[in-house]
Amino acid sequence: MMNLLKNLVGWIDARFPLVSTWKAHLSEYYAPKNFNFWYFFGGLALLVLVIQILSGIFLTMNYKPDASFAFASVEYIMRDVQWGWVLRYIHSTGASMFFVVIYLHMFRGLMYGSYRNPRELLWIFGMIIYLALMGEAFMGYLLPWGQMSFWGAQVIVNLFSSVPFIGPDLAVMIRGDYVVSDITLNRFFALHVIAIPLVLVLLVGAHLVALHEVGSNNPDGVEIKKHKDANGIPLDGVPFFPHMVVKDGVAAVAFLMIFSAVVFFAPDMGGYFLEYNNFVPANPMKTPEHIAPVWYFTPYYAILRAVPPMFGSQFPGVVAMGVATVAFFFLPWLDRGPVRSIRYRGPIYKAFLAAFVVSFIGLGYLGLMPATPTYTLISRILSVVYFAFFILMPWYTKIDKCKPEPDRVTFK
Amino acid sequence: MKAIKKVIVWAMLACAPVFAYASGGDVHLDKAPVNLQDQASLQRGAKLFTSRCLACHSAASMRYNRLHDIGMSDDQIKQELELPEDVKVGSTMQAAMDAGSAKMAYGVAPPDLSVIARSRSADWLYTYLRSFYADSNRPSGWNNTVFPNVGMPFVLADLQGTQEAEHHDGHIAKLVLKEPGSMSVEEYDRSMGDLVNYLVFMSEPAILIRHQIGWAVLFVLSILLVLLYALKKDIWKDVH
Repeated sequence: MMNLLKNLVGWIDARFPLVSTWKAHLSEYYAPKNFNFWYFFGGLALLVLVIQILSGIFLTMNYKPDASFAFASVEYIMRDVQWGWVLRYIHSTGASMFFVVIYLHMFRGLMYGSYRNPRELLWIFGMIIYLALMGEAFMGYLLPWGQMSFWGAQVIVNLFSSVPFIGPDLAVMIRGDYVVSDITLNRFFALHVIAIPLVLVLLVGAHLVALHEVGSNNPDGVEIKKHKDANGIPLDGVPFFPHMVVKDGVAAVAFLMIFSAVVFFAPDMGGYFLEYNNFVPANPMKTPEHIAPVWYFTPYYAILRAVPPMFGSQFPGVVAMGVATVAFFFLPWLDRGPVRSIRYRGPIYKAFLAAFVVSFIGLGYLGLMPATPTYTLISRILSVVYFAFFILMPWYTKIDKCKPEPDRVTFK
Repeated sequence: MKAIKKVIVWAMLACAPVFAYASGGDVHLDKAPVNLQDQASLQRGAKLFTSRCLACHSAASMRYNRLHDIGMSDDQIKQELELPEDVKVGSTMQAAMDAGSAKMAYGVAPPDLSVIARSRSADWLYTYLRSFYADSNRPSGWNNTVFPNVGMPFVLADLQGTQEAEHHDGHIAKLVLKEPGSMSVEEYDRSMGDLVNYLVFMSEPAILIRHQIGWAVLFVLSILLVLLYALKKDIWKDVH
């Protein structure tokens, strides 16, 4: 039996780099041994991607991308398709959980300076994944064809019409119609089930290749490649297989327990994962009183609303929202700190990062609320804090009083 | 959270509802006595729904034979719900009145009620069904404190009777039962509790098994967690 297996591997290896790939990326790829809680979220994001693709395939088999049938076909999945309700709740929970783990994954990068040289390109790939994910979620949200699907899409696509000169034509080009319609639903479906997932999978591949080229950062922000043994193995590294695989496996199961708890006990999460108004079929003639995007977009939505219209145009708000999402791209070049990790940063960086987190969560909350004068004022203050984190970064990271980095990672 | 709340057994509200109005105009909602374990209540609700609501509203996503889930057999469905000869138990619940004539009669097409308990909460429905009052300014002769100027006439007036609004400072202070119906206040509240209980079930039939399956999944995952954690400990024991 063992002999047979050996021969099979030998046969494949003569034709495909099986053993060398296994070694290069798993059994002889070394990750820092001091990974903490925050390092689980990259792997978990990959897990959610797989969950979304698998559940999505089965949903696609039963969903009808047609304005007359879409809403009813979702209910058909919920009732008449065997285990359809589980598939649908897995997919809807997965959408929100994707953003939970991605936001935590990005926050990890901010804390430990994971975007710094030589990981700039790794960070940029990650940011493009994040943008693609936003597009994927936005287009997927139209598919149930409820009131929030319809009016959310209407509001967001209308933002493009505020672009000077080409705006109205641009919006028509995106919708394929003068309002969000069956045509829009069909193209969003195509983009949601094939175009963007393909881009996502390719980008995730590039993200991993870039990661394995430069190696992982770690909570101490020091390079494990600086100290190697006689065989060239990093002294503070552990092989990805089996060490990191079992460690991430434990995290994955713990995560799946939380995920299942949502799916089976609170799939609508009090209206945050599945909005109540989205159980009303889309009605182009009836605008809902309060249109709120899903929670993962609300920080940017709050920034959009915080910027007052100028020259009768919403465009400045749209630009601010765009800049707020794209600002992360520039972090590798904005950060001038002598150390990477928050463990050895001075108090100023810590204060700015804390203020940034407060502004992000605060804006996320305000984006769900109606725009009252008080809320708008708070949104404006928090938007300034949000942008200050980026704009002032070259200055405050430089003057901050950092502690000396250790030579090797700390591991208890 | 709403889903968790749905399965909590709420004590029936004993007293007649008192409608308090906050200064902002937000309507106070009474807690609906939702209990999805109570099959008798769900079945009574199903009967009320098919005999009263289905005249104008459809529940086009709901099949009659899904009532198996609340303990009704095909024969019970046919007889107790008085299905017309041409309607099969596998059919979806269609309104007796077509949408066009309903729109002519009431000004709006009566909405499909398949998922009504998910867009409106159980509490909203429970309060709404008990908040109709006579209003001669409305074409139907009826109005509602939860859904002002509602298009729907009060088709359950023979059961509840006629409520009238008592005004105070230009606001409706409370609704008073002027003319009793065939049910007492307690009976009517209980019946509306049954109906809302049924609507909650109909909005998501899987809700009856969702939690059980959830516990099983969590059980299997927790065993896997313990095993994997032990494996991790073992593999990492040499890392210092």
